Amino acid sequence: MTDRTIPARFERPSALAFLGYGAAVLLILWSFQGAGWSADRLMRSPPALADFMSRSWPPSTHNLGRLSLKMVETLQIALAGAVLGVLLSVPVAMLAARGLIAGPVVNSVVRIVLGFFRAVPDIAWALVFVVAVGLGPFAGMLAIVVDTLGFCGRFFADDMEGVDKGPAEALTATGARRIDIAACAVIPAAMPAFISTSLYALEKAVRSSTILGLVGAGGIGIELKVGFDLFDYPTALTVILMIAVVVIGVEQLGVLARRKIIGVER
Amino acid sequence: MPLDRKIGVSAPVLSHDLAVAGLTKAYGPAAPVFTDVSFSVARGEAVALVGANGTGKSTLLRCALGLIAPTRGTVDILGTRIGPGATAQMRGLRAQTGLVAQKHNLVPRLSVLSNVIHGLLGQGAGPRYWTHMLAPAEARDAAMAALEKVSMADFAHRRADRLSGGQSQRVAIARALVGRPRLLIADEPTASLDPAAGEEVMALFFSLVRREGVTVIFISHNMSHALSYGDRVLGLARGQLRLNAPARDLKIADLRGLYD
Ligand SMILES: Nc1ncnc2c1ncn2[C@@H]1O[C@H](COP(=O)(O)OP(=O)(O)O)[C@@H](O)[C@H]1O
Ligand SMILES: [Mg+2]
Repeated sequence: MTDRTIPARFERPSALAFLGYGAAVLLILWSFQGAGWSADRLMRSPPALADFMSRSWPPSTHNLGRLSLKMVETLQIALAGAVLGVLLSVPVAMLAARGLIAGPVVNSVVRIVLGFFRAVPDIAWALVFVVAVGLGPFAGMLAIVVDTLGFCGRFFADDMEGVDKGPAEALTATGARRIDIAACAVIPAAMPAFISTSLYALEKAVRSSTILGLVGAGGIGIELKVGFDLFDYPTALTVILMIAVVVIGVEQLGVLARRKIIGVER
Repeated sequence: MPLDRKIGVSAPVLSHDLAVAGLTKAYGPAAPVFTDVSFSVARGEAVALVGANGTGKSTLLRCALGLIAPTRGTVDILGTRIGPGATAQMRGLRAQTGLVAQKHNLVPRLSVLSNVIHGLLGQGAGPRYWTHMLAPAEARDAAMAALEKVSMADFAHRRADRLSGGQSQRVAIARALVGRPRLLIADEPTASLDPAAGEEVMALFFSLVRREGVTVIFISHNMSHALSYGDRVLGLARGQLRLNAPARDLKIADLRGLYD
């Protein structure tokens, strides 16, 4: 005999689940409190925002030449940093991928270091490199390199662990060395995934590079800071709009490139 | 005659290309896949390994090539005892072995020629063997000659993932043979092909290995293939080696018992 009663619309939660839900709600309320939730200030902000808009509108156009040059520098930082980061990621990911060329101890150590690279925010890396190599775009580029390495190193490794093991086994059986197997069987198979991940890394780098200037690490971010510091809101608005346009444009290019490269390669 | 009585009838041979003794393999804490398997394969012999799905045929042959470690027992390849740790020596031995699997296992996106050149990675090593563009002239010539033998030379520039199943398997055979191995393992090499292509690949494979005197162990679910291409038949059932007899003494009905 089968049980054919219709399930109740609402299951009564167990006592433990009930406590869990209660704790989660408290945690969220406590977080709002910590974030300085203020209904009063929220109510006052629309007028203030309208005031900002009225003072920044229309966006300024008389600095467009200088801002465009800064935007070019921003993209240069992003591209150079992302490319270097991606290139460095390949050997590092080979060390991080389990069962590829290195033993489990090396795998874990490399993965922990990559996790640390990801955990520290890009703007913090930029501050570190400003101290290390001085103000300017070079510090920003290095920050992008580390950020990209943390991202691509991890995902390239996962991609390589995920490829079909058959070709690698066939080459092992003929006496190929691990490094040759990685180069011949694993990396070619993981290449579409590498390309897709790299394009994301580039989009991420462009987004990061637009704000590195806030801490003096080059790019258009400095113009945003100066605009606000000098109450030159029209210029600040121009910068915000330029950043939005460029970031959206790069994202769209990424979608296109991904379709073109990976679509063709199946 | 019960199958069990046929064990141990192989004639004494002086040089064994492969000898396994007392081999037991368990994956983790699970019950062993097979227990106490012993057999040897003479130089130039072709041995069929038969048995129902999941009886451990692939596992047994992977142990025999040192691709996975047995739980107990010993393996001697070309007269050398293999074991954990001896990586450099293992590589030298493996340069004389090869594996053709059920799936062709070619590397997609690379050319057919590059895939065959990879079969030489046991002899040569390093970036010059990664792609046909960098490969030494001898390697390219050897690979073309191997492709010639499997009638795939016209496809040398084709991407490996743009071939039919039968063509792919022929390229995989070329890759396995290009390094002139002494011992080849074929794990259901035609299982992924339609019957006609399967017959063709099987006939090609054995004409090549016989001509070159390669020692072969092959797994097949096709009983007539086991009897016609094998000099000897090994049968695995219920975790034990239950058959080890010359093919000429066997009839298809003798093999059925393994599948009960
Ligand atoms: N890597 C593995 N890990 C755990 N169990 C495995 C693994 N490979 C095979 N097995 C198990 O070992 C048994 C034998 O598998 P296999 O050697 O592939 O048999 P056959 O080739 O005869 O079909 C099966 O029960 C299978 O599930
Ligand atoms: Mg199998």
